[in-house]
Amino acid sequence: MGEILKTIQLNKYFREIEEFHVIKNINMSINSGEFVCITGKSGCGKSTLLYLLSTMDNDYEGEVFINNTKVTGLTQNELAAFRNENIGFIFQFHFLLPEFTALQNVMMPALKLGKYSKEEIEERALAKLAQVQMKDYAHKLSGKLSGGQQQRVAVARALINEPKVIMADEPTGNLDSVNTGIVFDIFKDLAAKGNTIIAVTHDTDFAEKSDRIIEMKDGEII
Amino acid sequence: MALPVNLEIAKTHLLSRKKQSIVAMLGVTFGIAMFILMISFMKGVNQFLQDTMLSSTPDVRIFNDYKTDFSSSITSEYFKDSNQLTIVHHPKPKDISLNLKNAQQIISDLHQNPKVLAVSPVVTSQVFYNYGPVQLNGILKGVNILDEIRLFDLKSKIISGRLENLLTIDNGIVMGVGLAEKLHVVIGDMVTLATPSGTSMRLRVVGTYQIGIAAVDDVNSYVNISTVQQVLGKDKNYITAINVKMKDINYAHAEAFSFQKKYGYKAEDWEVTNASVEASNTVRDVLTIVVSATMLIVAGFGIYNIMNMLITNKMKDIAILKAQGFAQKDIVQIFLAQSITIGLLGALAGLLFGFLLSYGLSCVPFPAKGFVSLKTFPVIFEVKYYVFGILFGVITTLVAGFMPSLKASKIDPVAILRG
Repeated sequence: MGEILKTIQLNKYFREIEEFHVIKNINMSINSGEFVCITGKSGCGKSTLLYLLSTMDNDYEGEVFINNTKVTGLTQNELAAFRNENIGFIFQFHFLLPEFTALQNVMMPALKLGKYSKEEIEERALAKLAQVQMKDYAHKLSGKLSGGQQQRVAVARALINEPKVIMADEPTGNLDSVNTGIVFDIFKDLAAKGNTIIAVTHDTDFAEKSDRIIEMKDGEII
Repeated sequence: MALPVNLEIAKTHLLSRKKQSIVAMLGVTFGIAMFILMISFMKGVNQFLQDTMLSSTPDVRIFNDYKTDFSSSITSEYFKDSNQLTIVHHPKPKDISLNLKNAQQIISDLHQNPKVLAVSPVVTSQVFYNYGPVQLNGILKGVNILDEIRLFDLKSKIISGRLENLLTIDNGIVMGVGLAEKLHVVIGDMVTLATPSGTSMRLRVVGTYQIGIAAVDDVNSYVNISTVQQVLGKDKNYITAINVKMKDINYAHAEAFSFQKKYGYKAEDWEVTNASVEASNTVRDVLTIVVSATMLIVAGFGIYNIMNMLITNKMKDIAILKAQGFAQKDIVQIFLAQSITIGLLGALAGLLFGFLLSYGLSCVPFPAKGFVSLKTFPVIFEVKYYVFGILFGVITTLVAGFMPSLKASKIDPVAILRG
């Protein structure tokens, strides 16, 4: 298993009211197939770090390599294409597009990638929905689903392009215990299948099941 | 139908807010419909006025303009000493003859001109028409009716009688319909004409005609050229004006200038004679453009507003799309496609609606008889206005939709998603 993600001297400042050094000299390396949890108290910079790794936030100093590609310095459009193909992102709040059905939501990143025909994508999307036990709701409008159901659809969406890295920001943070259990099982299953997962969480039960825990405090790894 | 994913998203957005989309579309529809209606009507009026004007104005008219020329004076008969300087205060002009002195030569020369289609000599005179107690001031035009017919489409303007009766009936007169009504004469009646010089003559009404301009129909009559020459006590060579019809009306202006130089008399082309009609055409054109542009701009602002509102509502969705790897240009495409769809459908509906309105207007009877006589509102249907309409509609919505779309594409997903 090779190295899938690496950061060199990552630093980030918030410059809104007064300068605040939020990420301090982060050097980290994650191998392919690892299930890594980043934990720490509120405000320690763990979510900020995840958004830097996700390429959505590119206002930082240092370098980020994902899948041996240096993503630092790429243009917005190049980053978008890179994200589309290599990163699946799961948010704390499910964040589906409410006017579309669950199936359409899952298919969207794949349609954007355009690697397969629409029929194949639909087939794959249904398979992913089955994986999160949401196949029966495939043709329901996503706005009409419950929070837990939406989060499972969001997981299926993150998986559709077979990304190199799955990133999750508090994936169970907004769910009741039943749904937390379901989502948690899905993650374990994904990890067992050899997916690289980087999750930010302060749920210790969740973190303990991972391969490695990276604990952060005041913008540094401890 | 399989659409690219961006257009699929645009379609879903539009269809999930049908009411809002339709309201935005209606803005464009009314703008374009009004544009079509206004331009069709205004251009119809212009066309009608031009046609009417050309049916009573020759392409070029050659005549002897009033000139008060005091370069020679009878004072030289009395003050013969060349060392004396004679100054005349307030001179009185001597009798001026308003005829064209070498009219026959000019006419035969014009006939040789390859650009000239037809020539008609005219003798006009101010007259009083008397019928019973009624006395009306008017103008008598003496023409060779066969020549005059080649210049103007008079046959279609005849209300009663026949133009050719002028040739067969001695001392016949064809009257403007307004004049005949005022005098209360019908075909066969005898009217008495009195000239400014005091002579008078009795003529028999053999027809009435209507050009369509009250100012002409209420004063003019046609008689044979010899009749006017006779009533004025002039000889057969007395011609006051020569009307010319060109093969191409657009040559009139240039040719009038060369006629003036060549024959030494004033030559006036139709554009100069009808300068006021041309000016009012321009006014109407400008009005049409200003009003239509205003309406389209208002529709454009409507679209701008709706798109801005939509994008504000959809900030989160845009951030999600970006997180999934949709690039800036995809976002622009998604939202621009929506405003173009609104514009295109709105414009097409506008064309249809505009056509129906113009067609409706063209069927409405024109109220009251006034300066001009018209059966229904003049409306013209021309494909080019409809092409303009759709271009305007699409361009307006493109511009109105572009700015909000660009704004949408610049949304920072991190700021939205982290809350």
